Amino acid sequence: MGVAKYIKDERGAIKEVVYQSGIKIKPAYGPEDLEKAGFTYDKDLGSPGEYPFTRSLHPQSYRSRAWTTRQYTGFGTPEETNERFKLMIANGQNGLNVAFDLPTQMGYDSDHPLAEGEVGRVGMAIDSLKDFETAFAGIPLDKIGSGLTINAVATIMMAMYQATAEKFGYKKEQISTTPQNDILKEMIGRGAWIFPVEHGVRLVGDSIEYAVKELPKSNPVSLCGYHIRESGATPAQEIAYAFEIAKAYIDNVVQRGIKPEDFVGRFSFNFNVYGNLWEQIAKFRAARKLWAKMLKNEYGVTEKKKLFLRGLFGGGGSGLTKEQPENNIMRGAYYALGAALSGAQTTALCSFDEAYTIPTPRSALLSLRTLEMLMDEVGLRDTVDPLAGSYFIETLTLEMEEKILEEMKKVQELGGMVQCISSGLIQRKVSSQAYEYEKGLQSGEYKKVGLTPGKTDNEAEQTDAGAVELHEYNEEWAKKSKANLKELRRARNDKEVTDSLKALEKAARGDENVMPYLVKCCHAYATVGEMAGVFRDTFGEWNEPEFY
Amino acid sequence: METTNKIRVLIAKPGLDGHDKGAKIVALALRDAGYEVIYSGLHQTLDQIIQTAGQEAVDVIGLSIMSGAHLPICEKLIAMMKEQGLNEIRLTVGGVIPFQDIPKLKEMGVAAVFPGGTSFEEITKGMNSLIER
Repeated sequence: MGVAKYIKDERGAIKEVVYQSGIKIKPAYGPEDLEKAGFTYDKDLGSPGEYPFTRSLHPQSYRSRAWTTRQYTGFGTPEETNERFKLMIANGQNGLNVAFDLPTQMGYDSDHPLAEGEVGRVGMAIDSLKDFETAFAGIPLDKIGSGLTINAVATIMMAMYQATAEKFGYKKEQISTTPQNDILKEMIGRGAWIFPVEHGVRLVGDSIEYAVKELPKSNPVSLCGYHIRESGATPAQEIAYAFEIAKAYIDNVVQRGIKPEDFVGRFSFNFNVYGNLWEQIAKFRAARKLWAKMLKNEYGVTEKKKLFLRGLFGGGGSGLTKEQPENNIMRGAYYALGAALSGAQTTALCSFDEAYTIPTPRSALLSLRTLEMLMDEVGLRDTVDPLAGSYFIETLTLEMEEKILEEMKKVQELGGMVQCISSGLIQRKVSSQAYEYEKGLQSGEYKKVGLTPGKTDNEAEQTDAGAVELHEYNEEWAKKSKANLKELRRARNDKEVTDSLKALEKAARGDENVMPYLVKCCHAYATVGEMAGVFRDTFGEWNEPEFY
Repeated sequence: METTNKIRVLIAKPGLDGHDKGAKIVALALRDAGYEVIYSGLHQTLDQIIQTAGQEAVDVIGLSIMSGAHLPICEKLIAMMKEQGLNEIRLTVGGVIPFQDIPKLKEMGVAAVFPGGTSFEEITKGMNSLIER
């Protein structure tokens, strides 16, 4: 049953329950459990909005403001994406969450041979500042913040965003962007990495340092336990690995003589919501508490707001099934309920058809409506942290805290996250866990409603798939991007491009921060492929370690 | 020798997509089912895949594609395999593959398609049926 292990007796009654993070669940909880764990209100919870923030970051939480919804958007050409952005803003959305196509994510221009068949497919295609000018035309960049789902070339896109804003007459101090920029998680899951580990971390460090000094309203890193969980990590590992990755970035920036107090407040997180409901709720409450404690005790951070674990709790992709896709609408609603009960500040929900296609406007709207129902119809805004004080939830939160610490300690004992990823140890661990989990699903040890263990009913599945409307890929996108690129290469000032790229190379080879040089390259209309090419030549590419 | 009877499979991730959980767990499942499995790693060009397949003398290539680009990728790879005379190698595809595309892939010359959600048992059965030994 579900994603936890259930051992039953011969009459079908549950004898034992073990959650994915390795926590055994009792048939009932009482005051003795909290007493045994040494639980006290002030130490373990604190009032809402008070350290260690287990209950909430803000005293009023959803009473003062409902969660922010940020569905992931972007496809085709910058023109099309611009239209969709404007539509969403007209519908009241106050933040953008931008999807880039794979060539852009991997630092290739639309006319590169490896880009064939991929231009504009899973996000918008960006080759140069021209494309950003089109994508963000008419968007008030001083009022609308943009999340940029980009990692290996996040520095380039941050520079591009700044250059665009400057072109439109804004000052860099006015703009707010949140690139994902978590390269270490790409190496564990999602796979959009380019450069070797140490250079990847250096680029993240450059962007944080630059944001601290030049972009006061931007948040340079969004740490994604999310994709690590999708790749096979347990909920406890999801948090533990994200925190250990955060420490790797913090260490890099501290080496530059910047105090943690000056930048950790700009970190945000992205965590997953699929799995056992109670385990997720305990995970988020424990994570808020642990992050605050770690920053305070290990990094000497004192200012309250800088101790906040801010972020998006949502998605849930791996929990959805291909079989009977409409069941995913209900599944998503329960995942979102878990996020709401955990006090998620920002959320987004995978759409029911994602095992088949890029969500259509219809399925994306269903996700948005699901999120709205929780806030506006069924009462999730009524009171802060409604589960606080539950014998079960509080015991579980304490146990989850311990499990997360255990997983962090394992990473530290093996030399830290950079070492664990370079050797491939973490990747092998999560892959083998994913394999074991999949075997459990196929054998029926883990139950998913609507899924018959070990069997694919092709005929039924084809009928189910009828509920899904496919997102069409348009071949014209690539043609248009390539034509624009050709025109750009003809029209721009070659000397400016060459000079700016040379200066970038010098900075990359040395230890100067690459960001100001990238901004200059962008203004000169150097392409993403050219800038990433400089990094490729300078840093080389990562050799993925063997996975078994 | 026992090893000579093992079916050799190259699990490959063509192109730029980095979602490799599916490829990795299928590789582990085939290995546990007694296959000799080679995993290409991420971001492989079709040339690299063909080269590895040739060098490793594999019986089957299993492509894992999530980005939606399976039709152009398979079309191109099959043409390249023909060009290089790799007619013995059977091509299979898994990943995010809409049902309406399966006949198109088969028509192109893909020997078997295993869309996401296919059980390990069905994958090994399907692979076995492609190879007569």
